Amino acid sequence: MILRLVERTAVLLVSLAVSSVLVFGFLAVLPGDPARVALGVNASDEAVAELRRQFGLDRALTTQYVDWLTGLLHGDFGTSYISKAEIGPQITDRFQVTLWLVVTGMVIALLVAAPAGTVMAARHRKLSGLALSAFSQVGVAVPAFLAGILLIMLFAVKLGWLPANGWTPPAEDPGMFLRQLILPALSLGLVQGAVLTRYVRSAVLDVLREDYLRTARAKGLRPFPALWRHGLRNAAVPVVTVLGLQLATLLIGAVVVERVFVIPGLGSLLLDGVSNRDLLLVQDVVMVLVVAVLVVNFLVDLLYVALDPRLRVSR
Amino acid sequence: MKSYLSPVVALLGSVTLLAAAACSAGSGSSSGSSSPGADQSLAIGLVAEPASLDFTTTDGAAIPQALLGNVYNGLVKQDESGKIVPDLAKSWTISPDRKTYVFTLVDNAKFTNGQPFTADDAVFSIERVKTAWTTSLKSAMDVVQTAKAVSPTELQVTLTKPSNDWLFRMTTRIGAMFSKTGVDKLATEPIGTGPYKFGSWKRGDSIVLQRNDAYWGTKPHFGQVTLKYFKDPTALNNALLTGTINVIGTVQAPEALSQFTSNDKYQVIEGTTNGEVLLSFNNSRPVLSDIRVRSAIRAAIDHKALVETCWAGRGKLIGSMVPPTDPWYEDLTSVTPYDLPKAKSLLQAAGATGKTLRLRLPTLPYATSCGQVVKSQLEQAGLKVQIDQLEFPAAWLTAVLKNADYDMSIIAHVEPRDLGAVFNAKYYTRYDDPTLQQALAAADAGDEATQVSEMKKAARRLSEQAAADWLFLIPNLMVADKDLKGLPKNAITESLDLSTLSR
Repeated sequence: MILRLVERTAVLLVSLAVSSVLVFGFLAVLPGDPARVALGVNASDEAVAELRRQFGLDRALTTQYVDWLTGLLHGDFGTSYISKAEIGPQITDRFQVTLWLVVTGMVIALLVAAPAGTVMAARHRKLSGLALSAFSQVGVAVPAFLAGILLIMLFAVKLGWLPANGWTPPAEDPGMFLRQLILPALSLGLVQGAVLTRYVRSAVLDVLREDYLRTARAKGLRPFPALWRHGLRNAAVPVVTVLGLQLATLLIGAVVVERVFVIPGLGSLLLDGVSNRDLLLVQDVVMVLVVAVLVVNFLVDLLYVALDPRLRVSR
Repeated sequence: MKSYLSPVVALLGSVTLLAAAACSAGSGSSSGSSSPGADQSLAIGLVAEPASLDFTTTDGAAIPQALLGNVYNGLVKQDESGKIVPDLAKSWTISPDRKTYVFTLVDNAKFTNGQPFTADDAVFSIERVKTAWTTSLKSAMDVVQTAKAVSPTELQVTLTKPSNDWLFRMTTRIGAMFSKTGVDKLATEPIGTGPYKFGSWKRGDSIVLQRNDAYWGTKPHFGQVTLKYFKDPTALNNALLTGTINVIGTVQAPEALSQFTSNDKYQVIEGTTNGEVLLSFNNSRPVLSDIRVRSAIRAAIDHKALVETCWAGRGKLIGSMVPPTDPWYEDLTSVTPYDLPKAKSLLQAAGATGKTLRLRLPTLPYATSCGQVVKSQLEQAGLKVQIDQLEFPAAWLTAVLKNADYDMSIIAHVEPRDLGAVFNAKYYTRYDDPTLQQALAAADAGDEATQVSEMKKAARRLSEQAAADWLFLIPNLMVADKDLKGLPKNAITESLDLSTLSR
C-alpha cells in the first residue's frame, strides 16, 4: 500500500516535470511574436525589439524556463504581457467558473450514465435495453458544442425559458447563476453521460457473468437487488478509471462550451491568450490544466485501492 | 422487473423539474426596461474584447472603440459626416504658414480623478505620445515641434512643417487627453474627462461604463452602458434575440440578418466604415511588379458577384483606398471594370498565364470566404492560385505584414485615412511610387482645397497603377431594439460614441 503510494507519487512528479518542459517548449516554437501583436500592424522593428526586451523575451530560453518554473513553485504566475494584470488571480477567478461547469457536467453525466448503463446491461437482450443503447450511441456521436447550440435554439431562442448565454457568479445572484448554468452543464453532461453509459453497460455486463452473481441469484435474490448488493462495487473500478480520463475530455469540452455560451472560464482565457500571444498566460493556464488532470488521475489510482481490497494485498 | 426502471424515471423526473423551475424563473425577468427614467442602462454586444485598456502601449481597435469619446475626450473630434469639430478645444486658429495652431480650451472640464483639465494637461498628453507611447501610431506626433500652455485655456502647438494630417490624427486616440496625475494605471483604471467613467471590467465578458455626473458637456441619457463581448457571431445574435443585449454593435455574419429584418422588434442600421477590404499585392515580387499582371487581376474580378457571395451583397464597391465619408472620395470603380477577355490578354502579353501566385489569408471570416471567390475568378483568367491560411493576428502579422512573405493577401484596413500608410515601399505592399508620395506630401502641406485635389490625384493614381485591388468597403451593420435612438449610421471614427444614445 505504502509502496504503491510512493510509486504513484514519483510518477506524478516526473510527469509534472516533463510536461512543464513540453508546455514551455511548444510555446517557444509557436510562430507569432507577442510584441508584434501588442504593437500592431505598423510597428517598426526597433519598437518590437524594445518591447521584446521589456517582456524579457530576449533572454536565453533556459533562463526564461527556470525563472518561470521558480515563480510557479513559489505560487507566482507572473504578470500578463498584454493586459499587465497579475495572472494568478485571473486563473483563480476563471478556474472557479470552469470548475462549476465541469463538476455539474460530471454529476449530470453520472446521473445519466449509472442508471441508464445498468438498465442497458441488465436488459441487454430486451427492447428497452436496445432502445437505450441506440439512444446513447446518438449521444456519443454528438459533440458538446452542437448539443449546446441545439439546446440554445430550443430552450432559449424558441421557448425563451432560459438565457441563451452569459455568466453570473453564484454570490451575486444565485437564481440567475442557476439559470445560466443549466444549459451549458447539460450540454457537457449529456454528451459525457452518453459516453459513460457505454462503459457502465459493459462493466455491469462483465459483472453479471461472474460466478458470485450467479450464486447470489441462486440463493434467491432477484436480479436487481443481487446486482445492487454484490455487483455494482465491482463494476465501479473500470468506471472510475474512465471517469478520471473523462475529466480531461470535460475540461476540453468546457473550452468549446464556454465559447458557445459566452462564459468567462479558463477556456476563454486560454483562447484569448493564444490569439494575443500572451505566452506567459497561456503557459500558466495550460500548466494548471495539466496539473489538474495529472492530480485527478493520481487520485483515481488511489481510489482503486479503496474500491478493490485485492489491490492492497497484491502490492 | 419494474425496479430496474425506477432510477431512470427518477432522473427524468428531476430533469423535468429543472426545466419547470427554469421556465418560471425565465418569464419573470424577460420584461423589458422600457419605462423612461434617469437611470436606464443599456447593453451593447461587440466582437473584439480589448486585450488591455491602455491604447498607448497596446494596439487594436477594441480599446479606443470602448474608451475614446466615452471615457477620454480629445481636443477635436470627427462628426458622422467626416468633418473635424470642437471637443475639448472650443475653437482654433491656424497661422498663415500653416505651422502654428492655437487652441482655445473649455474651462469647465474635469478628469474623473477630480483634477481640472487645463492647457498643461494638453501639453503633457501631446508630449507623452512622443515619450511614453509604444504603438506605431505615435509617429503621427513626430511633426510636433513644441506644445506650450499660453494660459490655462490656451494651447499653442508648433509643427516642423505644415500638416493637415496632424489635426486629423488629433481626432483619433493619439489626441486623447490624459490627466498629468492619472496615467499610472492606464491598463486597468483609465481616467479621462468624457461623458462616461470607467466602471469595471470582467475579463472575457464585459466592460461597464458609468455616467460621469461631473461631465462638462451634455450629460448622456443612459446611466450605465455595458459593452459585452462575444467571439461567436451566433451567440451575439442569440443574445439580442433573448434580450440579454439591446444592440449588436457589429454584425459579423450578414447572411444571418434576415432574422432581424423580418422582425419588427428590431431596427437594422446600414452605413459605411473606413474598412477597405484589400486584395493586397506584394508589388516587389517579379510577377506582380508588372502593372499588366496587376491590372489583369483587377479586371478578372467580378466585384459585384464577389460581394454577393462572400458578404451577402452588403458592402460598397469603391475602386480605390478612399471611403465615401472622406472629402476627396470619388467613385473609381470604373477605372478597371470587370473584363475577363481583357484580363486574359493582359496576362498573355505579360507572359504570366499559368503562373502560380500564393494567396495567404488571415483566419478572418471575410478573408476566408472572399479568398475562395478570388481564387476561382483568377483561375478563369489563367492564373494559378495557391491558398494557405495563417492564424490571425499572430501568425499573419509575422509572415505577411512583417516579412512580406506572400504574393497576395486579403485584409480590411480599418484605420481612417490610411492611404499613405498602406501604400509605401516600407510597408507590406512594398509599393514604391514617387508620384504618389509627391501628391501625398502636397496634400498634407496645402490648404483645404489643395488637400482635396491632391488626395483625389493620389487615389486615382493608386487605382490606375493597380497597386492593390479593392474588393469592397465593409458596411457598418448594426441591429438594435426598435426604440433606441441616436445610433450612428456610419462608423468612421475609432470610437463607438455612447453619449448620443437614448430611448
